Amino acid sequence: MIIVSFIQRAVMQGIPLLFGSTGEILTEKSGHLNLGIPGIMYVGAISGVIGAFFYENSVGSANIVPLLAVIIALLSSMFGSLVMGLIYCLLTVTLRANQNVTGLALTTFGVGFGNFFGGSLIKISGSDMPSITLSATSNAFRTELPFAHKLGAVGELLFSYSFLAYVAIIIALVSAYILNHTRVGLHLRAVGENPATADAAGINVNRYKYVTTCIGSVIAGLGGLYYIMDYANGIWSNNGFGDRGWLAVAIVIFAIWRPNMAVLASILFGGLFIVHNYITIPGLGVEGQELFKMIPYVVTLIVLIVTSMRDNRETQPPEALGLPYFREER
Amino acid sequence: MGFHVIKRDGVPTWKKWLIRVVSVVLGLLVSSIVTLVLTGTNPLDVFSYMLKGAFGSERRMWSLAQGIAILLCVSLAVTPAFKMKFWNIGAEGQALIGGLASVTCMIFLGDKMPNWLLLIVMIFSSMAASAIWAVVPALFKARWQTNETLFTLMMNYIAIQLVSFFVYKWSNPIGSGKIGVVNPNTHSGWLPVIADKSYLLNIIVVLILTIVMYIYLKYSKHGYEISVVGESENTAKYIGINVRKVIVRTMILSGALCGIAGFLLVSGTDHTLTRDTIAGRGFTAIMVSWLAKFNPITMILTAFILVFFQKGATEISTQMGLNDSFSEIIMGIVIFFIIGSEFFINYKIKKNEKEVKE
Repeated sequence: MIIVSFIQRAVMQGIPLLFGSTGEILTEKSGHLNLGIPGIMYVGAISGVIGAFFYENSVGSANIVPLLAVIIALLSSMFGSLVMGLIYCLLTVTLRANQNVTGLALTTFGVGFGNFFGGSLIKISGSDMPSITLSATSNAFRTELPFAHKLGAVGELLFSYSFLAYVAIIIALVSAYILNHTRVGLHLRAVGENPATADAAGINVNRYKYVTTCIGSVIAGLGGLYYIMDYANGIWSNNGFGDRGWLAVAIVIFAIWRPNMAVLASILFGGLFIVHNYITIPGLGVEGQELFKMIPYVVTLIVLIVTSMRDNRETQPPEALGLPYFREER
Repeated sequence: MGFHVIKRDGVPTWKKWLIRVVSVVLGLLVSSIVTLVLTGTNPLDVFSYMLKGAFGSERRMWSLAQGIAILLCVSLAVTPAFKMKFWNIGAEGQALIGGLASVTCMIFLGDKMPNWLLLIVMIFSSMAASAIWAVVPALFKARWQTNETLFTLMMNYIAIQLVSFFVYKWSNPIGSGKIGVVNPNTHSGWLPVIADKSYLLNIIVVLILTIVMYIYLKYSKHGYEISVVGESENTAKYIGINVRKVIVRTMILSGALCGIAGFLLVSGTDHTLTRDTIAGRGFTAIMVSWLAKFNPITMILTAFILVFFQKGATEISTQMGLNDSFSEIIMGIVIFFIIGSEFFINYKIKKNEKEVKE
């Protein structure tokens, strides 16, 4: 059943990417290119870890109440990413700073924040290993549906994941629905395409930008939390999350700004990330694997090029993406 | 009673700098509070550690100057592109490809030609490789309006994986996953040490580049064209500037300069290559260039500020037994303040006047 376990691992790799890309799609739909997503995902991860760490330490990891552990980790993770989203909004929306510069600074800050507190908690916990292990909380996160393993391959493929994985897919599908089928979604797209027109139509541009960017940050931060609590079995190691945040930004392009496409794209990219562990391609040594890891980025690039060549209105980035909006300068 | 924001022009230079200095001071204040909370250290001690970390010994001062020089070199590279509003966030990858070209020459041409010739071959192949890496997104931008921010971002990771591939392939000893110091005995392809100061040549090269770039942007016809394209593409077209040509030409220049940065890191500093050789400078450079308002001379100052915080915070973390990432937190906080301060230079907040009822 190697193929089943491969797909399972691909999905688990893909879920953090899906959280990140859904968050980024929402943000970009409001016209903001948030390059701080990689940093936000680190902060989301470490905030959840900090919450869980103090909870586990205060009651002892044997006595934790699983539901409470999950709620504490979730809330602290969401709080951390919300603060990051607010910093980004304050600088780019209210203070009209350059989005690229702000985003990159946010990533520097976020990755540093994650590794710093990761490192400090390692010291507090006094462990000799370069990592923090939160097995109890992680087990609570990974509670599976009781019938998952009784249904054979179908059960393994569809029902064997932890609840956050389903949350990710539901968020993506709901976002897709809201964007395309509701008034709020229509207004949001208007803000991203042409804020001046949206403003003239009576839409509160700044409020839309703030709300979507902050919601986007919180969603992206959950991706970091999922990675730690589920994929990494509750083990935080510095830089363990790697470049996945940037891969999430890549998926936004690959999915041509559609959250429902992002579901498939994330699983596909997740699969590409680990496929070299499953199939041995003749002549593919250690160095070849490095070339293999290039594929997601190359594919994304091709999608970016092809969509720009076809110049189809449906597949373009939001018109005002990356541009600041000053009402006074219309 | 509400507020509204209006644009302000003609803020005197001293006032602009006053606002910036205040923002840096505020950033420092917040950083020291953060340090106090996290480590329980007296903020004054924190600053003395920072100063010690940056200026504490002659070796540290050289290392500070070297750090500034390399960061400045990458910042110079991204500046002309940014000035024409081409958001090249791919300097990381471009410089890395330059470094790859340099290290390739060192490995394969090491003892086959005199050192001066090898250095020339290295510098030109680095510039060429990086220019090619940079011109690809420019060509697509010029022809199909392909989003350059996303394009150059993807090119970074392609470059990093490519370098990873070669690092494994050429690892020495085989299987170690590291290239190791190249030509440790012959020093072939190493930038010569002048006046017994190992980084002096790097620093001189970057200083010359800074002055040349300043003149190029301010006084040359190319520099003028770059500014016009940056201000308004339509104006540029109207006065007969070939916008596509300017975009492609500027990105070749930008890439070639990244190549020099890669060369200086490989030949003049590390004598080896890893996937982390550029160490995020491609991204930090964007902040350096933007904070200096794309002025190469001011960039010396902004590069100094960022490298100073990095070195200083590293010292704090060594002294306090914290990990290195502390410097990134401090740097992030200070940058947030500087970014935010630009608003108060460009805009003025006014209270709404009461409406007169008739």
